[in-house]
Order: sequence, then C-alpha cells, then structure tokens
Amino acid sequence: MTQLALVIDLNVCVGCHACVTSCKEWNTSGSAGFMSDDRPYGENPTGTFFNRVQSFEVGEFPNTEVVHFPKSCLHCEDPPCVPVCPTGASYKRPEDGIVLVDYDKCIGCKYCTWACPYGVREIDEHQKVMKKCTLCVDRIYDESLPESERKPACVLACPTSARIFGDVHDPNSEASVAIDEAGGYTLMPEWGTKPANHYLPRHRARIRIHEDELVRADNPLKKETERPQGPVEGQTLDDVTSW
Amino acid sequence: MAGPATAATSTNVRIETKNTTCYMCACRCGIRVTLRDGEVRYIEGNPDHPLNKGVICAKGASGIMKQYSPARLTKPLKRKEGCDRGANQFEAISWEEAFTIMEQRLKKIRATDPKKFALFTGRDQMQALTGLFAKQFGTPNYAAHGGFCSVNMAAGMIYTIGGSFWEFGGPDLDRAKLFIMLGTAEDHHSNPMKMAISKFKRSGGKFISINPVRTGYSAIADEWVPIKPGTDGALLLALIHEIIAQGLYDRDFLVQYTNAAQLVNQDEASNEFGMFLRAEIPHEEGCFDPQNKLWWDRHSDKAVITHSEGTDPRLMGAFTLDDGTAVKPSFQLLQERVEQYTPEWAESVTGVPADTLRRLAHEMGITARDQKIELPIAWTDVWGKDHETVTGNPVAFHAMRGLAAHSNGFHSIRALSILMTVLGTIDRPGGFRHKAPFPRPIPPCAKTPRTPKAVRPNKPLEGMALGWPAEPDDLFVDDEGQPVRIDKAFSWEYPLSVHGMMHNAITNTWRGDPYKIDTLLIFMANMAWNSTMNTVEVRKMLNDKDSNGEYKIPYIIVCDAFQSEMTAYADLILPDTTYLERHDVMSMLDRPISEFDGPVDSVRIPVLPPTGECKPFQDVLIEIGSRLKLPVFVNKDGSRKYKDYPDFVINYETEPGSGIGFLAGWRGKGGEKFMQGEPNPNQWQMYEQNNCVYHYELPKSYQYMRNWNKGYLEWAQRHRLTRYAEPILCHLYSEVLQQFRLAAEGKTTGKQPPDRLRKRIATYFDPLPFYYEPLETQLSDKQKYPLNAITQRPMAMYHSWDSQNAWLRQIHTHNYLHINPTLGRQQGISDGDWIWVESMWGKVRCMCRFSEAVEPGTVWTWNAIGKAAGAWNLSPKANESRKGFLLNHLISEELPQDEYGERLSNSDPVTGQAGWYDVRVRIYKADENEEQITSPQFMPLDPLPGETQVRKSWLGYFAGKKK
Repeated sequence: MTQLALVIDLNVCVGCHACVTSCKEWNTSGSAGFMSDDRPYGENPTGTFFNRVQSFEVGEFPNTEVVHFPKSCLHCEDPPCVPVCPTGASYKRPEDGIVLVDYDKCIGCKYCTWACPYGVREIDEHQKVMKKCTLCVDRIYDESLPESERKPACVLACPTSARIFGDVHDPNSEASVAIDEAGGYTLMPEWGTKPANHYLPRHRARIRIHEDELVRADNPLKKETERPQGPVEGQTLDDVTSW
Repeated sequence: MAGPATAATSTNVRIETKNTTCYMCACRCGIRVTLRDGEVRYIEGNPDHPLNKGVICAKGASGIMKQYSPARLTKPLKRKEGCDRGANQFEAISWEEAFTIMEQRLKKIRATDPKKFALFTGRDQMQALTGLFAKQFGTPNYAAHGGFCSVNMAAGMIYTIGGSFWEFGGPDLDRAKLFIMLGTAEDHHSNPMKMAISKFKRSGGKFISINPVRTGYSAIADEWVPIKPGTDGALLLALIHEIIAQGLYDRDFLVQYTNAAQLVNQDEASNEFGMFLRAEIPHEEGCFDPQNKLWWDRHSDKAVITHSEGTDPRLMGAFTLDDGTAVKPSFQLLQERVEQYTPEWAESVTGVPADTLRRLAHEMGITARDQKIELPIAWTDVWGKDHETVTGNPVAFHAMRGLAAHSNGFHSIRALSILMTVLGTIDRPGGFRHKAPFPRPIPPCAKTPRTPKAVRPNKPLEGMALGWPAEPDDLFVDDEGQPVRIDKAFSWEYPLSVHGMMHNAITNTWRGDPYKIDTLLIFMANMAWNSTMNTVEVRKMLNDKDSNGEYKIPYIIVCDAFQSEMTAYADLILPDTTYLERHDVMSMLDRPISEFDGPVDSVRIPVLPPTGECKPFQDVLIEIGSRLKLPVFVNKDGSRKYKDYPDFVINYETEPGSGIGFLAGWRGKGGEKFMQGEPNPNQWQMYEQNNCVYHYELPKSYQYMRNWNKGYLEWAQRHRLTRYAEPILCHLYSEVLQQFRLAAEGKTTGKQPPDRLRKRIATYFDPLPFYYEPLETQLSDKQKYPLNAITQRPMAMYHSWDSQNAWLRQIHTHNYLHINPTLGRQQGISDGDWIWVESMWGKVRCMCRFSEAVEPGTVWTWNAIGKAAGAWNLSPKANESRKGFLLNHLISEELPQDEYGERLSNSDPVTGQAGWYDVRVRIYKADENEEQITSPQFMPLDPLPGETQVRKSWLGYFAGKKK
C-alpha cells in the first residue's frame, strides 16, 4: 500500500525557509483558498503556514551544533487527529496515505490540534477551518504538469534538496533508500503514531592524517637545500684510513 | 479538498506562465511566474536555468508580497514647500514636471561644473547603464554599493589571482574534497552555494567553517572553528607558515604559474628596491606582465629569463647578480614574512588553538597533494607546452564580508589568495575556478582619469569613473595630490578604492570636503538607514542648512520602488518598478552570471505592466540623457536616439561598430554571433525563447588553467573579453603595491603622496601580506569596550528590502543581540533581557538572546531588520521599529581625528572598504524602569501620496480573486 511522505535530510538543511514560503505561495491561491495573515503590516504579524522551520542549538560553546528543523504534518500511519474529529473532516486517504482535512465538514473545533503530538495543525482564523500540509495533493497528481514537477512545492523549491518525496512503503523509492542508507528516523515513535515523514540525521566527515604523510621523500623543500660545494676543509676518514 | 481539481484548472480563468529573472536578492536565479487573471499566482525556480536549476529560496518564493506591497511608491513626488527633509511630507507631481525639474537643474550643472552632480546606487545590477550615464554626463562622482559591501574581496583577490569570489569565480565543490568557508554569513552566494554545499556533503567531502558565529551554512559544517572578528589574516598567515614549513606547497604550480620564483631586488639603497629584476627594460606598454623577469636556475646556478627551456628555478635562497645586485626569489621573501606568524602567535590573536591551526594546515596540504585529480583534458599553456591532462588539488575556499568588512581586510584576503595559490588550486578542478570575463590582467586595464582636467563642462568624463590603478600615476588626484572625487576614491587616502566609497559620499558632501556639490541622485540605497554608517548623524547632515538657510546638500533625488527611511529625505522621489515589471540585463559589462564552464548573461522581461505611474529607472536615465543631449543618447543632429531601455539594449554599442553591447548572446543581424557582433533587432525575443539566459559553454580544454591557457586566452582576446592574450601569473609578491610604497619613500619620479600620508602609504602598501589590528580597534579603549560587534544577513531577508513583505517579516519580525551565555552571566544579564550596547560613537537599547553558537568575545545581530517607525509603510507599532534595532548607530563612517586634524574614513587604507565589523562595544543591563522599546526612536513617518493608506487588519491573498 502506498504511503507518500517527506524525508528531510538534516545533514544538509541550512534553514533557509525556502520550503516555508514556497508552500505558502503555492497553497494560498490553491484549491482550498487563501492562507490568511493577521496584521500583515502591523504589530505581531502572524499567519497560517503549513510548514515552519525551527532552529535550535545543541551543546555548549565551542562544541555547539545548530540544527535547522523543518516541520509539517507527518502524515502518520496511525494519525491521532483522525479518530478525535467529531465530523469526520480529518481523514487518511487509503490510496496514498495522505492525511487531509475536508474543509466542508470541518467545524474548527480544534480537537485534532490537541490530539496531534507534533503541533503541526494551524487553524485559519478567518475561514474557521483547520489547515495543514496536504503534500500538495493538488500538484502531485496534476497531469497538466510535467512529471518531474508533480512534487510538493517545498520539495521543488529546496535549494539543498534536503526534502525527498516518495512512497516510504516502496523499498526501492528514493525516499526509502535514503532512510535505509542514512539511518532515517521518525519523531517520537513512543507515541505509536507511526509518522510517515522521516528525518535523516547529521553525520560528520573527518579527515585522518597519518604522521608519515608529513615525511615525504619528494618534499619540495629538499630542492631548495644547498648542494655541498667542493671538498671540505681538514681531514676525513677517507684521508687517514687504509688497510 | 479531494484531489487535483484546482481553482487554477477550473474554467473561466486566464493562466499565463512567463520566464524572467529573480531580484529578491542579488543572486539572479531564473524564475517562472504563473499569473492567474493577470495576478501573480506562483513564482517558482526555472528548471531550465543554469544558475538555480529549478530551486528557489524563501525570498524568491515571496515575490508576490513584494509586488503587492503597500510600501510601493506609485507616483513621482515633490517635497512640500516649507517642510523639512525627513518629515516625509510630499505632494504628487507629473513625470513631465519631474523631468523638467531634473533637466533644468542638471543642464546647468553640466554646463558649468559636471562634478557637482553625483550619482550613487545600491545593489542595482545595472552599473553598465548607471556608469555610462555618469560618464556621459561628465561627472567622476559615481559609484555603486561595492565600497561599503565587499570591495576588499574583489580587490584583494583580483590584485593577486586575477579573479574573485561570487560573480567572478568560486569554489569547485563538484570535485573538491575539502572545503573551507571563512567569514561568510547566510548569503553571498545564495542558491548556487546551497546547492553546491549539499552536493559536496553528500559526496563525502569535509566542510570546515571558520566564523565567529555558527548559523546558516556553518550549521551543517563538519567542523566549526570559532574565531575572533578581524583576525582572519593572522589565521591565514599562520596556515601559510605551517604549509611552507612542512613543504606542503605545490612547487611546480608556484614555479610555472606564479611570480614565486621571480627575483626581487634586495639592494636597499636602490630606487628599484623591492621591484622585480628585468632582463631588458623595454617601455612596458599595456596592462599585462611582460615576460622579462628573472629566475635563479638550480642547474646552472645563475640568473635566467623566466620559463627558459630546461631551467628549474630556486624558490628560496639569496643570490647576487653579475652586476652585484642582491636578489631573492619572492617566495623566499614570503617565507621570511610568515616566519613570525607561528601557530602559537596566531592562537594569541585569533583564539584558535595552535594545534587546530596546524591540523588545518596539514589537512589542506595533504589533501591538496595526495588526492590530486587528473582529468583527461589536453590543453596548451601560453609558453607552448602541451599537457595531456588537467590536474586539480581538491581544496576549495569561499569567503565574503567577514574577511572583507574590516580595515585590515585587503591584506587578509591577499593572504587567503596566496594560501589558495601555494596549495596550487587556482582555476583547477576541485579548487577555485574563474567565471567569464575573468581572469583579467592584474590589475584589469580599465582606468579612471589621472587628472581633474578630465572633468569638463558639457563633455563626457575622459576615462572611467571607476578603474583599477596599476601604479601611483594612475591615481585620480590633482597636482597637489588631492582627491578629484567627492568620496576621495582613487586618492592617496584610499588608492585602490576600485568600487568607490559611497559610505563617505554624504559626509563629504555635507562638509564640502573636498568641495561642495549641487545635486545628489541616489538610486535604491537606504543611505538614511541601514546602508549608511553613523545613521543618526548622517540623517542630520541630509537635513542640515548653512547660515543662509540653504541646504548644505542643495538637492537630493531618490529613485526607489519603495517608501523608505531614505525617500523621506528626498526633494524629489521617482517611483521605480519592481523586478516583475521591467526589462533588465545581467550584462557582461557589469556583473554577469557566468558559470565555471563559460560566459552567461541573462535578462528580465516584464511579466506585469508597471503599477501606477511607476517607471523603470533605466527609462528615466535614458529620458534624462536624451533631454540633456548626452552624446550616446542622441543622434548627430541632437535628436533622441533610443525610444526606451529595451531599444537601447539592442542597439547601443560601446563605440560605433565595436559590436560589443549590453548583451552578449544572439548578436549579429540574425542572432548568429555571440560576445561581438552587430545589433540584432530580435535579440530580446531570442532571450525570451531561451529562458532569458545566454550560456556559452567553452570547449573543455579552455575551461581550466585560464590564467595561462593559450587556447582560452586567445579565445578571450578574439571575443573581446580581454585586450591581451598574455599569461596572468598569480602575484604572491605584489609589485603594484611596492610601487606605491616606493613613491611614499620618495624613490620615484611620478606622483608623490602628500607628506601627511607618506607613512600610511609606506606601511599599508606592503608587497607581502601582513597582519595588523583593524584601524578602529587600534584607536579604541579595549578595556572599556571589550567586545566585537558584527552583523549578518539572514537567508530569508535581503538588505532592508523585505520588511515590507508580509510573509518574510513573519520569519524575522525583530532582531536580538546574540551573546554567549558566559558573557551574559558575567554581566548579570538573562536571556531576553533589555540591554544597552554601546560603542565610543553611540548606544542602542535592544533585547538580547543567549546563544552558544557565538564566540564569547563577539556579539552579533541580523542587519536591517530594525526599521524607523512608519517606514516601509509598516504600522508605527510594528515590531521592526519597537523591538527591532540597527547596529549602524554604533558605527562611524570616519575614524577619530588623526595627528593632522584629519578624519580619515573608517575604511581599509588600501581599498577604502568600509570597516563595518571593526567596532568595539560593551553591553550592560537596561534599568528595569526604562521603557521596553528599542532606542533610538525616530518620528513616525506617515504614508505617502499614492501609497495604500488603508492598513488591513488581515490579508488573505488569492491570485486573480478580483475578477
């Protein structure tokens, strides 16, 4: 069974927010209508985003790591937001595993927000419906687009190609191979939600220097040393030894 | 929502898709803009564009909110009579009235003294036109933002290896195994750098970031080396020390392709001291290195002409020529210079442990030597020797303003360029690679005039307003050695200020030093806010009057697409278009978007009509140029020559029949030529049909070793990229700098510096790189002000442009001062506290944020998030002005008065690069009774006529909804 998902490579994500605004841009004029922004030019502006990047520091100076962590709906295989929905607006599609909200049924009660352990649902205060990542369901099946562009907007935008889109149930998909090779993991597996989205961990490249690499016969400094000029002054063993 | 049936595909809507080039930052990615019923539905990366290959960044994807921003200027505006500059009181006028005002004023100036008109521009991407306009007008007072951005990077590298980072060259991360990034914030280069780093890391290379702060790109570095700001030169010199001491340099590369083995006169009594010995002394014409220098041959133990068949020079040692002249190879002098710069010494300056420095040097040297790349590409060098392969030493570097924006940056960057050279990485696979039109001669041929006589009434300027001095006689000074330009660029104060010194233009103009001017035209630069140093005082200067009640700067014209802190100080505001509404060219005559594999230029083609009465600045310049009858803009009979900018771009040639124009692609009548060829009437259409980009891929054998590649150099000459096909040897030792030093020592017959500057020139025009503490730091009380303060730009914002952008401002609504928690605790400060940060020039109240990702002696913030109240048509209550702040208030454009009573620019003494990051500060907790708002505050600006007055409480953007 197909389970579409995003695999996010934290080893290359530089936290540029391209995924954040390309998502907003695609979706605000999309099939579900605008994504509102409150006080867009005033104090404390805030708006609806399906995807946000959180940045945090780990460790103490100078051994500090800075992690950029993009987060959107994880399209759980066992999504806790679905059973709590009183109207059946939140649902998981059997054909591709995408978790969606049917805005025609949503009454904006926010139960799903409380149920989601990942905090990825955002109420649109002006449409009074719950919104979240759809994996750009209105792009990925659109046959008027070239096949290479039938991907979520964030995936196409990402300059470091840190976002891999695919079927995590297909062991040969680019997404599954990436999870397999890099040790991809899910968020808070202890909740039993089985998130479909995975993250790939940081890994650190090192260079190992062997001591003998600094001692080489072809060291160019040798070409600059002076050659001995003529005989040396005084006796040598060669002058005084004979048998 | 149930599937793919989208509003976009439903009936009765008009969908159009057009290609153009982004301008949300200076990166110039290809974009595809989808319109729905004439409104922008979506902006995405163009997959067929060579620069970004389909990706886009946070800024690019937010272009919609720039296009429909309520901060847009939509009408020409004139300052209301009786209202002060800065009060933001304007009335709308017609374009005809605006043009008439400018025509009358400028005509008079041009007929009397053209230098009384000054044109300074921001990150404009149209210097080919703005520079041409200034030259045609006849004023030397023209520059763009380079002087206060990163001119040290351009000059330090171009005067050493004949090319530079970003537009003109970069790290070949496709093939590098080790990548070292220094002093680079989160941009410069944007998308191409992100793409390259990701690919590099995935292929297993090691990425080292050397930076006081770990954010952005540095976050994914395999190793972070925190360093004290302004000390990169010390680190780089210590790396060179260790690499030479261990014999990890690429000897063959140094011998063949640099001046390392060339013999330098060591006779201190001689007027030729420090100059290269020459086999013959012909009159050296042109701007290339004649091949008449000497080596000391190891085999015959005597001096020979460089590159003589069968010789092998010594890089080290001291020798005596037959005529008794003492000589040393320049590499010997470099080795003697770096002897003192031990890793232990560097540790005391940089804060980087000596063992780390040694390890870094070994990693660089051993990777370069033992992981060589051999590409099966045959090429021929300029000396006629055939090579079966191209060799690469896969160690790559990238650096930007962290090195450049210090007053010791030129020598730091010389040191970096020399490190890259001794590792043998110049224009080779896996190292640094050039982008056309680079490499160019060291220095390039373009020159400014040498005398004030070049400025003549009603005549174009004789020479370029900006150029590349090769010797003291190239300086643009009068008979007394005094500056001709208002910003004092190309004078003895700042001889190699090759991008001008915009950061001093307003102060000098206000003071009337070296003279007063009449009209200042500022395009797209926020000189009343984040693009100026000493913001509070500069704002006063812009509004200051003399004893007669006349403005000290008589007339200020500002052209911009947005209302800003700067437009408030204008007498006349010209509303520019956005990037989606205009034609533009990323010209080979300016800064093209070339790739490593060959020249690339590109265009913008409007996807939308201009908003309101907005007019592209280029059309404004052509209109004024035609009205003033500047020679290139009119026919022989004085009639207007070009209808508009698109017409100009197609038909203008640098001189009649030269075949060189603004665009390099599809030249010739039918578009069959490139680089050079007669105008093609269908050139725009051909760009439009080709993703708005022209990309010429060089033959493989011309893609590497271009400084010395016979095939490439002849190709470049044939296609008019360069005048000469001579080799461009890397300048480990800079004779250019030595000539200035000799002049300062009175050993030359040409131009001489004024006595008060002799010591300064002799000190800083050292032919070899050296480390000195930044000038302002030298003059600061480091006990009182123990901290370095720096800024950087976030990836989701570019300069000051994007605070009017409803989406981007949600990502960065205000800024904090980031401090190390250890420092905070020492001062009794907690995370999030209101604090004061104070320099010897001023103080700012702001909020602090604890961060373990900054070295404890440094504090930093995001640049240009803070705004003046009401600017950019934000609400006066917006976080940008209440919680956001600008560090510029703490930074002076001038150094304290020197012993001659003079206030020199707070800039690099060689290049005039603004020393943004030299400021020293202290921090302390704000009193609990103080207002919790940033300080200083400024009078709120009201919206302007033509701006959207209604401030919506919420926005729900949906493209094409209006219909």
